[in-house]
Amino acid sequence: MSETLYEKLGGEAAVDAAVDIFYRKVLADDRINKFFDDVDMEKQAAKQKAFMTMAFGGPNNYTGTDMREGHAHLVKRGLNDSHFDAVVENLGATLTELGVSDELIAEVVAVCEPTRNDVLGK
Amino acid sequence: MPKLTLNNKSYHCESDETVLDALLANNVDIAYGCKQGGCQSCLIRSPNQTPPDEAQNGLKQTQKAQNYFLACMCKPVEDMALEEIGAEGSFIDSTVVSLKALNPDTLELIVEYKGELTFRPGQFINLKREDGLLRSYSIANLPSTEKRLEFHIRKLPNGGFSEWVHDHLSIGDTVSLQEPTGNCFYISGEPEQPLLLIGTGTGLAPLAGILHDALEQGHTGPIHLFHGSRNNEGLYWVDEMEALAGKKENFNYSPCLSGPDVPQGYTAGRAHLEALKALPKLNGWRVFLCGHPEMVKDAQKKAYLAGASLKDIYTDAFTVSTAES
Repeated sequence: MSETLYEKLGGEAAVDAAVDIFYRKVLADDRINKFFDDVDMEKQAAKQKAFMTMAFGGPNNYTGTDMREGHAHLVKRGLNDSHFDAVVENLGATLTELGVSDELIAEVVAVCEPTRNDVLGK
Repeated sequence: MPKLTLNNKSYHCESDETVLDALLANNVDIAYGCKQGGCQSCLIRSPNQTPPDEAQNGLKQTQKAQNYFLACMCKPVEDMALEEIGAEGSFIDSTVVSLKALNPDTLELIVEYKGELTFRPGQFINLKREDGLLRSYSIANLPSTEKRLEFHIRKLPNGGFSEWVHDHLSIGDTVSLQEPTGNCFYISGEPEQPLLLIGTGTGLAPLAGILHDALEQGHTGPIHLFHGSRNNEGLYWVDEMEALAGKKENFNYSPCLSGPDVPQGYTAGRAHLEALKALPKLNGWRVFLCGHPEMVKDAQKKAYLAGASLKDIYTDAFTVSTAES
């Protein structure tokens, strides 16, 4: 049986390493960090681990409804396509930093893309 | 079949069933989310069993030390007592043995408790006035055979509890105490890890507890303490900390003043901003942040951006009850 994307990327250990780098990038990114101003950082890091596991094609319980409800308050504050793109861009940069191949990064981006409409409440 | 006990009720846990599933199957009202060890919504603790490693993945060292675990990741093999996080514990009595001014607004309160109490310096504890008014304060001292607890209490304008301590409490009076809680304390195991301690005002109480605990347990890595206030009257123990820094080679102390009047020997500026200026790279550091909530929040973010891992940043924000703000 061929390896899943999640296994190819390194499983849970890879997710932990990626969250640490990714969240730092997001907080330093002036295009999107305003959406993270009032959050509890530890809870947010836990949520990002769940998100990253999903993006890596790992075991997850994410549903479209969760994504919609979880981001509705941000959509009211102006969350739009440009912010979604910025997050995906930071995710790609994180994986590049971790030495992941462009081919696998494209796979991760492809996993994230279908959540766009739910995240943005479209 | 292992038995689970929670709030004086027992539940059977099937083999290969998680604690969370067993509780949910018995209609126990318990918080949960992802059910795969990520969101930490189902965090719970066991007073009598060390949970399996996989149920503590991603938790802070100080949570692990208190047997915290994720119910969704724990398949128990033996009977396990459970306790919800933040559950109201019982009270024990203590007697006031010393009241001393640390600065014009802050009292050092020392009580002697009766019975048994397990605590880590830096944790906080609920103190109760006779009429039931509760406030939590951090523990500044190490455990000893004397059974004493030391708190630093700043008088707040219209602060019901703090005014009572300052104006009405006397030696010999009784104060009720609850079980200590909180994750902001020192854990041995990595004696060479550099430590950064940042506090404002009575944030020095938990930090002093953490500092003395680390030194007592033989911490060899550098320890930097930044204590801040607006003016000199807001600080305390400046001479004591300077003396300690002179004696302990790995301990550095910087009193910081953000107001206009900064005497020689003090750093001008806010404690956390000056700390980050002096130590811009925090990769591999353990960081403790105690005091003003805005400082704690800002410093947590800045320390993380400076490279500290989120799991290595311990925070204790002193939120003031709205009636007292």
